[in-house]
Amino acid sequence: MMQKKLKNVLSRTEFYVALIILAVALVIQVRSGQFFTSNNIVDIASAMIVPGIFAVGIFMVLVSGGMDVSFPALASLSAYATTKLMLMMGYDGTVLLPLLVAAVIGAVLGAFNGFFIGYLNLNPMIITLGASSVFKGFMQGALNSKQLAVIPAGMKAFGVSSIYEAYNPVSNLTSKLPTAFLVLVAVIALAWFVMNKTYFGRGIYAIGGNPAAAKAAGFNVKLTKFLTYTMVGVIASIAGVIRVCMMQQCHPTNMLGMEMNIIAGVVLGGIAITGGAGTMTGCVLGTLLIVLMENSMILLGIPTTWKSVFTGALIVIGTGVSALQVRRANKAADKAKAKKFQKEGARA
Amino acid sequence: MTTLKKKAKKNQHITRLLVIMVVWMAFMAITKFDRFYTVANFKTMASQFPEYGIMALGGMLCMITGGIDLSCVGIANFNAVVSAMLMTAMAGASGHLSAATFPVFLLLAVVIGGLIGAFNGFLISVIRVPPILATLGVNELMSGICIVLTGGSAYSSFPKDLTNLIVYDIGGILPVRLLIFVAVAVIIWFMMEKTTYGTKLRLLGTSEKVAMYSGMNTRRMLVRTYMTSGICSALGGLLMLGTYASARADYGSQYTLQTILIIVLGGVSPVGGKGKMSGVILAIIVLKMLESGINRFQNISSYYISLIWGGVLILAMVMDYMTGDKRSRE
Repeated sequence: MMQKKLKNVLSRTEFYVALIILAVALVIQVRSGQFFTSNNIVDIASAMIVPGIFAVGIFMVLVSGGMDVSFPALASLSAYATTKLMLMMGYDGTVLLPLLVAAVIGAVLGAFNGFFIGYLNLNPMIITLGASSVFKGFMQGALNSKQLAVIPAGMKAFGVSSIYEAYNPVSNLTSKLPTAFLVLVAVIALAWFVMNKTYFGRGIYAIGGNPAAAKAAGFNVKLTKFLTYTMVGVIASIAGVIRVCMMQQCHPTNMLGMEMNIIAGVVLGGIAITGGAGTMTGCVLGTLLIVLMENSMILLGIPTTWKSVFTGALIVIGTGVSALQVRRANKAADKAKAKKFQKEGARA
Repeated sequence: MTTLKKKAKKNQHITRLLVIMVVWMAFMAITKFDRFYTVANFKTMASQFPEYGIMALGGMLCMITGGIDLSCVGIANFNAVVSAMLMTAMAGASGHLSAATFPVFLLLAVVIGGLIGAFNGFLISVIRVPPILATLGVNELMSGICIVLTGGSAYSSFPKDLTNLIVYDIGGILPVRLLIFVAVAVIIWFMMEKTTYGTKLRLLGTSEKVAMYSGMNTRRMLVRTYMTSGICSALGGLLMLGTYASARADYGSQYTLQTILIIVLGGVSPVGGKGKMSGVILAIIVLKMLESGINRFQNISSYYISLIWGGVLILAMVMDYMTGDKRSRE
């Protein structure tokens, strides 16, 4: 029993990602002596917030067998529209209303993707690529977006408020863990619950694994896909507003181009690119690995110009390893099937 | 008349594009006749579309196999940066290069594009990474290498003789870039229609299993296709080097969307197996006319172009869905 459990752990991608994270952390510690300091850990946790929330959304889409490259544009549009609306209303209450408004806008934009992908069954990559361009064009053209240096007081206060402060006596630096970290935790917990404990979540896994079988089993494939993209819209918009709060200003275009890193992280965490498999743990660990690499380049003494090379290499290697695993699993399944046939043949 | 009708029905993508083109040309004739119908404008259009037109032709082949090539821009920029650096290495930053060295750079584009394309093909056919992720990863990797090579800024201190040659208009009217595009188009047309490659490609896109069981070496076929696409992208990069007279990691980033838009609008099915070159070429021309026409209206913000491109792409997909063969659904 114990052995079986151990074997189970050893065959999981999450385990290896955790090992790599540990190895990277040790290398950074040895080279700079600055990794296992309280303020560095807090810095990394705070850098995790926005990518982490995005990753949860992408995780759900990938599990459903889909793809979404429009979420940074979607988040930019809804965060910009929300901030602008709040400024026009002269709103200065808490961050809850902006989050709610952004979530509603996000749901509408996500439903736009979901309609074409779920109900018309069109190619998700091409639809979201087009949608990304539409959202960006709408924001820059119709809304005539410009950088907003002033954001509503409530959002500003939320951005600077912190739940924990870490002080590093060696470097004389303090780092704050923003309250927004709680939002990340809440999103992860909620998404974990939905994916693992609800009929809808199991439906996402089922349609990602095999849409025909899911349909036969009684899942509403079209509706599930539609709702998945709608939820991604909501999650991405929340991430967008959080980012505006944390940056203390609304820069309409600086989230664009984030999609690659997020998708890379989720895929590295062992989420099957073909759909149907993957865990929340893997999603979080994979994203942590990417954030860790990006944030630690300075500590490692690597020039930041190498950032894209690293991300690109990580995507190629990560997806390659994951694809090889899928192939090995298929081969093993084929072998098992062949064996069974042989046995049955011998009996007959 | 009936044969014409039959033809129109058979090639509905081409008919659709022709209708859009005629309507748009009429619209431009009514609204901005003197600013659109000039020799200079048509010459500008003919010299601007080849760079992404070539990329679209390569991408078309990948999409017919049921894949996609999102690494066009990365490969193009990488080739542009390496070419510019080689030009400096050959003649010094302020030296001169004779036109006779131009074939060297064509060859370089073929080698660079071929190698990176082969890597794409290897990831997709041997390791079996989904084409979207493989080519996205390679794109990121190539842009990253460009940033490292150029330090993130534009690289422009290289001999400009060859870039001047690329942007030269023969007799003041025939752009060299158009000639290069036509040459590439003829080669791909020959491959698609006069050799067994085209038939094999469509079979592979329709069903990889059937293709394999009918004795096709599907791996070699895929590697060859992505290599061709890589070479097209690298040649596109060489033309971009001419247009911008400099090389940079993020030039032409809008081309990724634009090439896919062209391919889908040209009637290539994103699930593979279907697609004609004539449709793609027509789509390239129609899109350039639309863009150039929109630019004639100064009060329309250029930001709307991205909205229009995305909208047209989604609309084209929906129209394919609406007019698609009912039997093929579900």
